[in-house]
Amino acid sequence: MRYFLAGFALLVVLVVSVAGFRGGLSRKPPIEIFPDMDRQAKVRPQTADGFFANGLGSRLPVAGTVARGAPFADTPLNTGREPGTTNYVAAMPVAVSAEMLARGQERYTIHCSPCHGGQGDAKGITTKFGMAVIGNLHDARIVQLADGELFNTITNGKNLMQGYGPNIDIADRWAIIAYVRALQLSRLATLDEVPAELRASLTK
Amino acid sequence: MSDIFPKWTNRLPALVLTGAALVGTAAVAGAWYYFTPKYSRVGYQPIQPVAFSHNIHVDQLGLDCRYCHNGVEKAWYSNVPSSTLCMNCHNQVLKEDARLALVRESAASGTPIPWVQVHKVPDFVYFNHSVHVNRGISCVHCHGQVNQMDEVRHAQPLSMSFCLECHRHPELKIRPVDKVYDLNWQAESETQQIAEGKRLMQEWNVQSLDNCSACHR
Ligand code: HEC
Ligand code: HEC
Ligand code: HEC
Ligand code: HEC
Ligand code: HEC
Ligand code: HEC
Repeated sequence: MRYFLAGFALLVVLVVSVAGFRGGLSRKPPIEIFPDMDRQAKVRPQTADGFFANGLGSRLPVAGTVARGAPFADTPLNTGREPGTTNYVAAMPVAVSAEMLARGQERYTIHCSPCHGGQGDAKGITTKFGMAVIGNLHDARIVQLADGELFNTITNGKNLMQGYGPNIDIADRWAIIAYVRALQLSRLATLDEVPAELRASLTK
Repeated sequence: MSDIFPKWTNRLPALVLTGAALVGTAAVAGAWYYFTPKYSRVGYQPIQPVAFSHNIHVDQLGLDCRYCHNGVEKAWYSNVPSSTLCMNCHNQVLKEDARLALVRESAASGTPIPWVQVHKVPDFVYFNHSVHVNRGISCVHCHGQVNQMDEVRHAQPLSMSFCLECHRHPELKIRPVDKVYDLNWQAESETQQIAEGKRLMQEWNVQSLDNCSACHR
């Protein structure tokens, strides 16, 4: 019995020391104990797939085609340009509302503020880590740009800023522009434009 | 005749029973402890091709999850960002750094970085990110404190019982939608969480989904 107990204790210690405890670090993929139908022969997004020559499961659109539901029409809404020309539209082709501005603020905070800063003055956090060139959205030149040109900058990027077209929906891009315009106005307003009863609080 | 079975054999049945009980308990305890996703999945932390740190990018820089995982509110699938997105910053920050060589190469050539996927449910499970994050379920409940991880690790078992635990009592977890991406957020107290959770469930008409067809369809 003593030998059995010793052997048993040894076995338990051995299993625990090899297998470790729950939550322990493991570099190897989890073992699937009963891999019933866990992995099926279908393509999941962003995975490798041996079927295609370049090994990518997700396919790029064939040249000259448009995905279902993707915007393609040559309208100011989709391109920021006057149809048939390369001229930027001066004013945004969508109506501005309080909800849209709130949405624009949220999206601006996610996608733009890391570089351009919460106030648009190019003092985002990345400037502390070596982002040297960032456009200041309160620059007189940028204030005067057409809305359509801002749309184009967000979609396709400009110089050192890369495009955010694939990341931000069209409606959200216009909402961001509306919010950027509001930010710019906030620095251009004069005291006369402030409601009379609030003026005192600013001049104090 | 008394020599055929020596005296110690009188204890044999007791010994065999004790031994069997010990081995049986150990086998059951071992299976219970080891043969579950709490052991097999939690702690999985593959070596990624690029030493990307959520701690630096989320906690230190304050990036929102949606800056990179921008599909998470719109689709079932939460995408891993393309290398061109990294280059938005890294064309100026750490421009020449060797740790980012693969990112630059991938952005230039268009071949994706071979990130190793950490979280994976079986293919017969229907899962959807957007229903959860738009109903006040934060990333932290299913992925742990990613914002503090230098390397992503599997923090929750993602087993069926894990999913059901929350589906039966969403009020313990549900939070205002604007706090979903703030992984450090916590309600002030448990009672407040439950009160607020109940209110949000009512407001959004959230159901407690534990019928099989919710996740197996
Ligand atoms: C990764 C950092 C980064 C992010 C995020 C970013 N930008 Fe920029 N942005 C830049 C840089 C860098 C420039 C300067 C480009 C140059 O002149 O080389 C710039 C310039 C601009 C300009 C001026 C373009 C011109 O005509 O000179 C506008 C407008 C602008 N950004 C808008 C935005 C908006 C809107 C967003 C959010 C959707 C955004 N940016 C997000 C880095 C960024
Ligand atoms: C908003 C800008 C921004 C984006 C987008 C970004 N990074 Fe970074 N990254 C930084 C900054 C800032 C640092 C810190 C630099 C420092 O510490 O000097 C950094 C550091 C790093 C480091 C070095 C980490 C270390 O241990 O010091 C790596 C590797 C890295 N990033 C990879 C990536 C990858 C991969 C992506 C794309 C998924 C990415 N980054 C996207 C800004 C960014
Ligand atoms: C700078 C871009 C960036 C930001 C911001 C970011 N992530 Fe990630 N995330 C990545 C990249 C790149 C990967 C793939 C590499 C890896 O697993 O480390 C990833 C992987 C993950 C994974 C593991 C995916 C898998 O393979 O199962 C989770 C979970 C995750 N991120 C959650 C979050 C959460 C939650 C936030 C917000 C707090 C966040 N991420 C913010 C870039 C980012
Ligand atoms: C209700 C639980 C739950 C919540 C909440 C949740 N996730 Fe996930 N996440 C999962 C599961 C399950 C998977 C594995 C899905 C699969 O099999 O592809 C996953 C996978 C991922 C992946 C990896 C995708 C891939 O294939 O590489 C990323 C990235 C990710 N989640 C990010 C996030 C972010 C960011 C949030 C918060 C905004 C979030 N998740 C919230 C459960 C969740
Ligand atoms: C922390 C809480 C929580 C966890 C964990 C969780 N869920 Fe959910 N899930 C919810 C809530 C809340 C809803 C929204 C219910 C509603 O809108 O009525 C939901 C909805 C769903 C739906 C949509 C059902 C429908 O018919 O619309 C699916 C599918 C789902 N969850 C699958 C899963 C799976 C699979 C897991 C485990 C990997 C999981 N969930 C883990 C809270 C959770
Ligand atoms: C909240 C979502 C959810 C609901 C509801 C749900 N399941 Fe599941 N089920 C899962 C997940 C996630 C897994 C995968 C577990 C794993 O891989 O660890 C799973 C796995 C399974 C498996 C396979 C186990 C295996 O490893 O082979 C069976 C069988 C199953 N579920 C049956 C059911 C039945 C029957 C019901 C209804 C009573 C049900 N499920 C309801 C999420 C769910």
